[in-house]
Amino acid sequence: MLDPSEIRVGVIRIEGTNCEDESAAAFSSLGCNVEKVHLKQLLGDVEKSNCRNLMDYDALYFPGGFSSGDYIRAGAIFASRVKSGLKSQVDEYINEGRPVLGVCNGFQILVEMGALPGTDSGTTVAPNAVLHTNDSNRFEARHVHLRVESKSQSFFTKNYDTNQVLSVPNAHAEGKLMMDKSQFEELEKNNQIAFRYCDKDGQLNPGYPWNPNGVAHDIAGITNPKGNVLGMMPHPERVFHGWQHTDWTSSGMNPEGPGHGRPLFEGVVDFLCQ
Amino acid sequence: MSTEIEIRIGLKSGMADPEGANVQKALNLLGFENVNTVKSAKCYRVVIDGNQETALAEAEKMCQRLLANPVVHDYSIAVAD
Repeated sequence: MLDPSEIRVGVIRIEGTNCEDESAAAFSSLGCNVEKVHLKQLLGDVEKSNCRNLMDYDALYFPGGFSSGDYIRAGAIFASRVKSGLKSQVDEYINEGRPVLGVCNGFQILVEMGALPGTDSGTTVAPNAVLHTNDSNRFEARHVHLRVESKSQSFFTKNYDTNQVLSVPNAHAEGKLMMDKSQFEELEKNNQIAFRYCDKDGQLNPGYPWNPNGVAHDIAGITNPKGNVLGMMPHPERVFHGWQHTDWTSSGMNPEGPGHGRPLFEGVVDFLCQ
Repeated sequence: MSTEIEIRIGLKSGMADPEGANVQKALNLLGFENVNTVKSAKCYRVVIDGNQETALAEAEKMCQRLLANPVVHDYSIAVAD
């Protein structure tokens, strides 16, 4: 059993990641020991004193941004670099049930790595899903509403109420999760859908602009079958505090209280402190 | 010896192509009213050490491992002109 101060979180960055500060702040606000670690440090491509071991972290966080300029496809280059030198470690990490979170570009990276929608063996050689260009062909940046899926068994969602409706910032151009129809059915069957886009009343099938990218089944975030790897397009780290909600003055939300993203991070800490 | 290979990555038939649709709209607005379809694609020219046979085989692996996502992409590989 760990105390929050003993939890080591690795926020992994390369050129083009740009959400590492707020991502690190979310976990450090909960008392965790967070390190923003460059992928080169994990690959051993730096001086020995700066090298880090992936397995020394209790949780991994792939933050948002535009890693490697989104060249080839969003997240593809980051994913290929991880797999080039760390595939077996990442597989072991995931198979041990340790928390891995990917937000926005981080979700794209996890999908390109084959860690999501995920198999029982960690990552796959080729991705079996893609986060494709939004139907609007635009960068969709605004708060969206998310419904926490009641069937999600993951520790990432356990601190939310059943079917709770969240308001979370969204900012992406490639967020439309696509895969075979049978894989969508598997997601449902395995309770891997963590968050769905909805309207402000929590109704599903809201259409655009509530669903910002045209994704089937309004899927905004999924886990692997075990529930220890979560990828989501909206940014929970950007609403960690009440005052980060754009409408806190009109909605009556306590600015000093928790934002809608905080329970997600608390879920990870609770899991590691069990 | 090296061989230059041209790799073309496109969307599978039937896939929504928002970029292509947007380009088509812009062309129509510019007066190119006879444009009825635009499909987007990416092209890479890769110079590979080895003969044509080796280079084509290597390029195939590159597509499988990085350049294409099999869920949405088709690709073609040819020795560059």
